[in-house]
Amino acid sequence: MDYFAQQLINGLVLGSIYGLIAIGYTMVYGIVGMINFAHGDIFMIGGFIALITFLILVSFGLTAIPLILLIVLLVSMAITALYGWTVERIAYRPLRHSFRLAPMLSAIGMSFVLTNYSQVAQGARVKPVPPIITGGYTLHEGAEGFVVQLSNIQIIVVITTIVLLALFTWLVSRTRLGRDMRACEQDQTMAALLGVDVDRTISMTFVIGAALAAVAGMMYLLYYGLVDFFMGFVAGIKAFTAAVLGGIGSLPGAMLGGLLIGLIETLWSAYFSVEYKDVAAFSILIVVLVFLPTGLLGRPEVEKV
Amino acid sequence: MQTSRAPGAAFIFKKALISALVALVLFSLMIGVRTEAGSDGQLTYWTRFGDLAAMVGTVFGGSIVVELLRQWWGPVETVRVIPASVQSTLSFAGRMVAPVLLIFTFLVPVLFYNERYILDLAILVLTYVMLGWGLNVVVGLAGLLDLGYVAFYAVGAYSYALLATNFGLSFWVCLPLAGILAAFWGVLLGFPVLRLRGDYLAIVTLAFGEIIRLVIINWQDLTGGPNGVTGIPRPTMFGIPLTNDDNGLAALLGIEYSPTHRIVFLFYLILALALLTNWVTIRLRRLPIGRAWEALREDEVACRALGINTTTTKLTAFATGAMFGGFAGAFFATRQGFISPESFTFHESALVLAIVVLGGMGSQLGVALAALAMIGGFELFRGLDQYRMLVFGMAMVLLMIWRPRGLIGHRAPTVFLKHNQAISSDLVKEGHG
Repeated sequence: MDYFAQQLINGLVLGSIYGLIAIGYTMVYGIVGMINFAHGDIFMIGGFIALITFLILVSFGLTAIPLILLIVLLVSMAITALYGWTVERIAYRPLRHSFRLAPMLSAIGMSFVLTNYSQVAQGARVKPVPPIITGGYTLHEGAEGFVVQLSNIQIIVVITTIVLLALFTWLVSRTRLGRDMRACEQDQTMAALLGVDVDRTISMTFVIGAALAAVAGMMYLLYYGLVDFFMGFVAGIKAFTAAVLGGIGSLPGAMLGGLLIGLIETLWSAYFSVEYKDVAAFSILIVVLVFLPTGLLGRPEVEKV
Repeated sequence: MQTSRAPGAAFIFKKALISALVALVLFSLMIGVRTEAGSDGQLTYWTRFGDLAAMVGTVFGGSIVVELLRQWWGPVETVRVIPASVQSTLSFAGRMVAPVLLIFTFLVPVLFYNERYILDLAILVLTYVMLGWGLNVVVGLAGLLDLGYVAFYAVGAYSYALLATNFGLSFWVCLPLAGILAAFWGVLLGFPVLRLRGDYLAIVTLAFGEIIRLVIINWQDLTGGPNGVTGIPRPTMFGIPLTNDDNGLAALLGIEYSPTHRIVFLFYLILALALLTNWVTIRLRRLPIGRAWEALREDEVACRALGINTTTTKLTAFATGAMFGGFAGAFFATRQGFISPESFTFHESALVLAIVVLGGMGSQLGVALAALAMIGGFELFRGLDQYRMLVFGMAMVLLMIWRPRGLIGHRAPTVFLKHNQAISSDLVKEGHG
């Protein structure tokens, strides 16, 4: 039971990270109607920028951890958001009215560019980071000496996710930008006629999605203590699975899907085999799409002729 | 045509300055600072401000050039007046491309007999031509976007490798078996995706491709895991081995043995397989099943309303495409003599899909030309291994912006009234699933 509780905690933390990436997928899919293949790589870039910022700050002798965390968070969000903006400008905007396969292929191309750009710029080797945040709480001490622990970094990941989710929900439901985004999601042409700047709204969607992915990248770095140029691909597919599982286009759905994927993956690794955890996650994607094509919280799509 | 005032130098300068600023922020940490794990596991970093300045400078200069080009060439109307005689000559030349290319391909081993490198490259290109034609059945004809095509290639390759190394079956027995097994997997993938459309279909096929690859890596007892399968037998010419001994082809024919014989044989083998794919595709398109594929691509709802069984239509498309992928895989295994999961990554699927889309989906000639351009272009960058994928990705983005409909933007129709007229690919809706 203790083992299960510990895995539950680990799974929820991993799920929070997936959920943060999944929100970026869901938003872009909701508005532009296309899978942003490069989003996983944006997450990877976010991890790298967080790593480099950490290194520089530490080498300048900064030791106050909350301050470091805050600066790293802001820097990686800002720069990664600019990456998101640039990707949209280069690979998606010129193709917005093209036929459907074109933006998808240019997105795949962009994903290759980002992956290999990081490899060329930062080398192919895994970059390990010594644990920055240590310590934690013991929740329960089992009879056989197994302890259920909640580490500080896990708390930070979960709290950051909750705060960002609240902030983001407020943004979408209460602000002008959020209203524009919802209008574009309904009907881009109509929104443009009614005075919504569609180009700007789509750009902002990519920017916000990339900023959230940057936070996920930073959390991944803190939690697992490593980044490498290839981590965006698998994380991207899993986050997309999460978005689909929750019902693509739905924000709470993306978060729920992320948590579920994180839980399933962790529990599968704990009770079955670690080697096949990705196979399990991808199989779930297929099974979900077969039985629940609109996901858990998604709206059914009306088919028009 | 708009004739508004051309933006002046100040505008261009401002735009370039903004691009340079964006580039400065983007590259500041990724290029300007290089990290590396030291010997004690501790991370170190050093700065590369020279590279950063060079990159930003390139972006600044590049954006001025791009803006100037856009101003000079952009407003000019691109419809050129071509005299009728020139036009007819051009269209005649256009029709001649395919036969001339085919004849040239047949002559490649004769012309380049002593140039092993060119022969190897030609075999590689033909393998991708075959893969492209195979995927074209799924994407170009049936409109089902498949991002996991390489899975069938892998199934074919591993089927042959395992059957040949474990049971000693010959290539000619394994080739149909590999095709059948791959087709079987195609049907298996087809079932779950029957109800899916568009992007969902793409992502499920991508997941499927990854599942196959991960199973190959992890099922070590059967597949050898990351080490792959070695010692895959070379193909025989209908039972006659192409080796340097008394039973070999060279000894039987009484000519001197040369390792090039095998290369030439492999060349004609893949050429035959590719042409088989092409021929079957063209034939199928004229049959009811091919028409059903194209109808499915254009409009699934209307298709169903007409009483076409979309289940069998989709499954046959997947199975046919997968079967050719399986053939190509078996060929790949016998050519290499060694296979490992590394050859079957997502990047391979994306490459084949890029070939199909670039060729202008549905155009058989276009796919062949795109394969030649892509694989040839890839070879040009062999020296710059690190930058190859970077350039490939950029080329993919730029080509999509420049020609989203592919290099050859039209193709021959399946049915026509009185005279054959090319259809612009703008009029068809590939990839809707």
